[in-house]
Amino acid sequence: MFKGLSRNDWLLLAGFSAFVLLMPIILQPIGAAYPALMQKICIFGIFAIGFNILFGLTGYLSFGHAAFLGVGSYAAVWSFKLFTMNIIPALLMALVFTTIFAVAIGYISLRRSGIYFSILTLAFAQMCYNLAYSVLTPLTNGETGLQLTLKDPRWIDAMFHEPGAGLPRATLFGIDTSGGGLGGFYLCAIALIVCFFFSVRIFRSPFGMMLRAIKSNQTRMRYTGFNTRPYLLAAFVISGAYAGLAGGLMAATDPLAGAERMQWTASGEVVLMTILGGVGTLVGPVIGAGVIKYFENIFSSFGDNTLHGVFGFLPDIIEQPLVSFLSLFVGEGWNLTLGVVFMLIVIFLPGGIMEGLRRIWSRLNRRHDGGEKIAVAQPQPAE
Amino acid sequence: MSMSNVVLHVADVHKSFGGLKALSDVDLQVMEGTTHAIIGPNGAGKSTLLNVCIGRIPPDTGAVVFDGEVITGKQPHEINQMGVVRVFQTPEIFPDLTLLQNVMVPAFAKRDGAFRLNAIQTVSNQHDIRDEAEHWLEDVGLKDQKDMTAASLSRGDKRRLELAMGLIQRPRLLLLDEPTAGMSRHDTNSTIDLLRKIKARGMTKIIIEHDMHVVFSLADRISVLAQGQIIADGTPDEVKGNPKVQEAYLGGPRQ
Ligand SMILES: Nc1ncnc2c1ncn2[C@@H]1O[C@H](COP(=O)(O)OP(=O)(O)OP(=O)(O)O)[C@@H](O)[C@H]1O
Ligand SMILES: [Mg+2]
Repeated sequence: MFKGLSRNDWLLLAGFSAFVLLMPIILQPIGAAYPALMQKICIFGIFAIGFNILFGLTGYLSFGHAAFLGVGSYAAVWSFKLFTMNIIPALLMALVFTTIFAVAIGYISLRRSGIYFSILTLAFAQMCYNLAYSVLTPLTNGETGLQLTLKDPRWIDAMFHEPGAGLPRATLFGIDTSGGGLGGFYLCAIALIVCFFFSVRIFRSPFGMMLRAIKSNQTRMRYTGFNTRPYLLAAFVISGAYAGLAGGLMAATDPLAGAERMQWTASGEVVLMTILGGVGTLVGPVIGAGVIKYFENIFSSFGDNTLHGVFGFLPDIIEQPLVSFLSLFVGEGWNLTLGVVFMLIVIFLPGGIMEGLRRIWSRLNRRHDGGEKIAVAQPQPAE
Repeated sequence: MSMSNVVLHVADVHKSFGGLKALSDVDLQVMEGTTHAIIGPNGAGKSTLLNVCIGRIPPDTGAVVFDGEVITGKQPHEINQMGVVRVFQTPEIFPDLTLLQNVMVPAFAKRDGAFRLNAIQTVSNQHDIRDEAEHWLEDVGLKDQKDMTAASLSRGDKRRLELAMGLIQRPRLLLLDEPTAGMSRHDTNSTIDLLRKIKARGMTKIIIEHDMHVVFSLADRISVLAQGQIIADGTPDEVKGNPKVQEAYLGGPRQ
């Protein structure tokens, strides 16, 4: 299992792990080093890595991945309610249920490709969303969302000790993961590193190469002797399981689940993260998730008052219209900012942040080699 | 393993597209170990015939029998796994992959079958498949470019790449649709040499070609297709001398 990765891959893994584990220090200067934000970045990082296994490798664009996030959360919270506050069974339940779910949805949706596949997945997710509010309220608790109560049986926990006075916290063998402390963050960080490792393995494996080949020319694959359906289904289920784990972790760090987690905007968000970071790259999706969650946090907390504070030095006649214009983009309007940034990326940098980094890198390298050689190698075209 | 085994039998196949009879009453037998050329003017139905053989187009009536088994109605990947490999008229390659990966992918199909979830090993550890892929790239003269992306190849080079992709599967029956179209004279000749070499190993081939130099260098038997019908069938010499062929194919009896 640990054989066969190249030195560069190991370096990448080591660098990635170090960065993730040191986030509480590294993110200090930009004011993002508090657990609630960092664990959110890790959870959405996992979600985006999984999404990228489907979209990045096979090119199948699912618009319904938030359904798995929701199912994972509900399954985990039910495990808390029925069995134990230990998160291991909760995460396993999340994985098992999302896998079953993904097999069913994938089996049907993958009968089509391209835009029809996207629409089918979107339809499934919206169906889940609506069912959660209507027929399935016994399971989902409708609009209130599924929460822990003092009346929950928690059979396994009850066998070992008397229930305490207040609502219990989710734990990992004694480590509190839902208290908003570093315990929850490190749980998510380690899960992210493990998920990243598996994604590297998949990218480097024959299975990953077959998925890329399917993306490149599915017709050729069929006439080359491959049954492409099970390959696609496997990719779909793996990526659904990643989303389910992410949903389970959401519950493990904050034991409640609501249907809004399955809304199409949540499905769209992971698409944005992946594209913003760089589709088909290993770290791109995580970077995309981090950037979006970080800026969401900053921008959505801005209000008119903050803007007035920033631009207070300007004369009123300029300040007033400027602030009322900018206020469209902050607070509730953060989604507008996100939309604009996304448009700019898709138009000017379709490979996302990773492509941007690569361009900067190659420009720097060129400068090191000396610009003169380049000038000789690429003569200006004559008039 | 006698040379007189029928490997492929196209039995009374009809195929119409709307009112157009693309194939009518086509009956064709291909013997084991031979190179069987199919020639005919543009639009004669040659590619359609191959499409019927590999399950891309279902025939209206009739059947295709490969190695004693009816293959009409089977899935394309099943037909490939039985050993029938097609090289297309418009090159079908993996444009986003490198040349080496392009040739490795079919080798995986040959080794691991139609589906195997192998996410444990790494591609770089599959030394046998890599070596074999490099060997076939060398045979078609593309080894120097093995790390290039296939999209950037010229049309002729794409054909040679696709040929390597077909050959690495060591098919029992190889279907070639104009394998040298778009190639330089030099590349055409080296392709002919390569196909001869394979023939020595006993691979059966059907080859569609407009270039008569290629046809007469390779073919043991020639079938002539015109307007969806086989109008002549025989050894190269027999076909060359057939007045019907000259009329239909060369546009009138030769002076
Ligand atoms: N899928 C299809 N749908 C409709 N018509 C088709 C289809 N495929 C082929 N045809 C028609 O059938 C006829 C035979 O086509 P085919 O491609 O088999 O000819 P060909 O002998 O391979 O010609 P060429 O030498 O130009 O490749 C043509 O008139 C073509 O337009
Ligand atoms: Mg043709």
